[in-house]
Amino acid sequence: MQFRVILRILGILLMLFSFTQLPPALISIWYEDGAHSVFFLSFAVTLITGTLVWLPVYKAKHELRTRDGFVITVLFWTVLGLSGSFPFIFSDSPELTIVDSVFESVSGLTTTGATVITNLDQLPKSILFYRQQLQWLGGMGIIVLAVAVLPMLGIGGMQLYRAETPGPVKDSKLTPRITETAKALWYIYLSLTIACATSYWIAGMSLFDAIGHSFSTVAIGGFSTHDASIGYFDSVAIEYIAIVFMILAGANYALHFFAWRQRNVKLYWADPEFRFYITLLCMTVTVTVLILYFTGTYDAAQSFRTGFFEVISIATTTGYGTADFSHWPSLLPFLLFLSAFAGGCAGSTGGGLKVIRILLILKQGLREIHRLIHPNAVFQVKLGTKPIPDRVVEAVWGFFSVYMIVFVAALMALLATGIDQVTAWSAVGACLNNLGPGLGDVAANYAGINDTAKWVLCFTMLLGRLEVFTLLVLLTPMFWRR
Amino acid sequence: MKIIILGAGQVGATLAENLASEANDITVVDTDTQRLRELQDRLDIRTVEGIASYPSILKQAGADDADMLIAVTQSDEVNMVACQVAFTKFRTPTKIARVRAADYASRSSLFSKEAFPVDVIISPEQVVTDYIFRLIEHPGALQVLDFAGGRAQLVAVKAYYGGPLVGQELRYLRQHMPSVDTRVAAIFRRGRPIIPEGTTVIEADDEVFFIAATNHIRAVMSELRRLEHTYKRIIIAGGGNIGQRLAEAIETRYQVKIIDHNAERCRILSEQLNKTIVLKGDASDQDLLLDENIENTDIFISLTNKDEANIMSSMLAKRLGARKVMTLINNPAYVELVQGGEIDIAISPQQATIGGLLTHVRRGDIVNVHSLRRGAAEAIEAVAHGDETSSKVVGRAIEDIDLPEGTTIGAIVRNDEVIIAHDDVVVEADDHVIMFLIDKKRIRDVERLFQVGLTFF
Repeated sequence: MQFRVILRILGILLMLFSFTQLPPALISIWYEDGAHSVFFLSFAVTLITGTLVWLPVYKAKHELRTRDGFVITVLFWTVLGLSGSFPFIFSDSPELTIVDSVFESVSGLTTTGATVITNLDQLPKSILFYRQQLQWLGGMGIIVLAVAVLPMLGIGGMQLYRAETPGPVKDSKLTPRITETAKALWYIYLSLTIACATSYWIAGMSLFDAIGHSFSTVAIGGFSTHDASIGYFDSVAIEYIAIVFMILAGANYALHFFAWRQRNVKLYWADPEFRFYITLLCMTVTVTVLILYFTGTYDAAQSFRTGFFEVISIATTTGYGTADFSHWPSLLPFLLFLSAFAGGCAGSTGGGLKVIRILLILKQGLREIHRLIHPNAVFQVKLGTKPIPDRVVEAVWGFFSVYMIVFVAALMALLATGIDQVTAWSAVGACLNNLGPGLGDVAANYAGINDTAKWVLCFTMLLGRLEVFTLLVLLTPMFWRR
Repeated sequence: MKIIILGAGQVGATLAENLASEANDITVVDTDTQRLRELQDRLDIRTVEGIASYPSILKQAGADDADMLIAVTQSDEVNMVACQVAFTKFRTPTKIARVRAADYASRSSLFSKEAFPVDVIISPEQVVTDYIFRLIEHPGALQVLDFAGGRAQLVAVKAYYGGPLVGQELRYLRQHMPSVDTRVAAIFRRGRPIIPEGTTVIEADDEVFFIAATNHIRAVMSELRRLEHTYKRIIIAGGGNIGQRLAEAIETRYQVKIIDHNAERCRILSEQLNKTIVLKGDASDQDLLLDENIENTDIFISLTNKDEANIMSSMLAKRLGARKVMTLINNPAYVELVQGGEIDIAISPQQATIGGLLTHVRRGDIVNVHSLRRGAAEAIEAVAHGDETSSKVVGRAIEDIDLPEGTTIGAIVRNDEVIIAHDDVVVEADDHVIMFLIDKKRIRDVERLFQVGLTFF
């Protein structure tokens, strides 16, 4: 472990992050909502902290090792979660406790979208913008951003990149140089955001709402500037725009990259993971719409509109709402939660287990059945025509089991704090999958649960965003053995 | 002709053997001294030891004044480079290379004069695979040969009791199927050829060779035997080059299982093949075959490189209930021994491939030569060039052409149209004429028949 190098990079990243407090400050001045001092204060505190961490070790320059990558990534997300909460702590409106501030900040950065704030519509615009911006920064991964803009991270960047990107295959670069890969990812991310914001704006949102919602849509976050979320606008056009961009953001960004570079849309359908992702979404939408209609919850048109939007929103782990799905016929809340466990594709901004892992697990299960029928046969797990090494399949199983163990452990912890069952499991599910809204007491917001539970959920959100292993690896004795 | 053959493997050796007997000067290059010595002892050829693509070795082999280079070493890359060297350094007029990898072979622009100057690409495994593929496509056929790019086919079948035509005269065929035009090119009865005429009566157990447009083949076959159901379940024993190619070609349309005993090979097969079930085990393991429902298998195809293993596993499969077995047999002596007994069809890779190879060597306008009945007879496709004055065939009706003895014209392919040869059909320039030779020795006469006289130039 090279603590000096780790501290140096942490310091630089913090200093870099401090500048993200400036856009909300400018917004605050523009709208004269009186919150600008909060952001300038947060900016100063973060910058000074960063400098203090960086100054004593600024000469330490070594190449990063794999282990350093884990430490930096975990430390950074933790420290960022804390320092991101400064504006909420300093601000008078909303008036938040420290735990609530951290919860809100972590929920934003991990693109979960679970909130403890009520009466959003009365808050200063700058605070609202800041929440959206947190999600946007967290969506593609703040470290990927750093790798893209800081050439000096170039060499060790792969270690960081690997620790942060979601999906079972971590070593795939889009371009030979890691910096270029990170840049490409951010360009795509930025283009999607601009396209999304423009569409929202044309469809009738105010410019402020359009930009804010485009941030949380493309990041698969789910924060809104209104209590009623997307339902506030009551516009079919806006809902369909949101659906399109949620689906796009939930797809693998490498796919976007190659489709864009080769100018070939057919690449999407050629990808087995994308096909499976779309199939899963279609199936869930069909079932949901039919149940909504036949149970008489809504009429035909409303069933389709609400069902379609909610399924995409929950299954991609965004968490926008146009209706309260917790009051739907009891199969549906469960089904939607289950689809959130599948989540987005590998290399997307979505949460959950990732579609590709589900696909591989299904194929592996199928392979065992085939082996029973043909005891002598040799079967390979394949995606399309490409064989998947057994090592990856193994890793997927390992991930799946640890994910489930973490889920159960967090559920136990929440139950121990006295929360009822439905609330507890839905809260853990929503946080671990970076979804957002849960059922029971947390259907609308998380303000009503106790502080211990909020800390546990903060940790769960980080686990979900860093795909469990990156964080858990730090807790093993073997990691710290020299 | 002076010919250099690179590589003394199975294909190289067979080629050398066939070409040397036709009065050519053959030099064989290989790295294996032992193999070269064996060849030299047996055949009247020269051998050079060394790496086949090196210019010095090629020079030593006489590349300076060679007419043809045939590169059939194990390595695609060596073959391609050797052709490049021969082209650049020695200006060898004709260069033939074996290229197995489909990744190379499917990109024809690679083999132009600017890139790798290879005139003809051959892939013997592909030829054998196609051969077996056609047999699977035509259930009941003993041999299926493509002519004129697959527009016409020559099919050999065994006549059985119950076929509507069996026991009838040949001319009855016309009345019975007025819409389908076909011609019976030859009949082999108890291993002896008969030149068919309108009054010839087909008997059960005759091997009948007929030629027809590809889409009529099934209709004609139904006249000679009860039509077999299309095949569905296929087991391939041996996952080598041919086994893999065959499985790739048929796996989307049939239920294919492939057996190989090598674990590593099985892994590669299971990666390459998408629908085929890859089984690790011995093809002569009775329990394995029973586990895999051998009794419900339509065809069992044995394709390992050991003749004995192929024969034994095929016989076992047949005994266990496989409806039909095909066996790859390299040793010509075995072929006569087993076909028609327990084993339904014996496939001789040399005969399937050598004919095609030899066409590139032959003079004249012969585009296709196929061995029939294990080499006893040949089918030839030739292009008629020239005009009435320069050619011995163009402008003449078929009954007027002076064909060598034992030769019949089966069909003519004009542009895309298949014309079955009746006596009054007149041959035009650029027609593909498909002929059937009962006696292989007459092939020289046929070559001469199609050579264009001097006035053409």
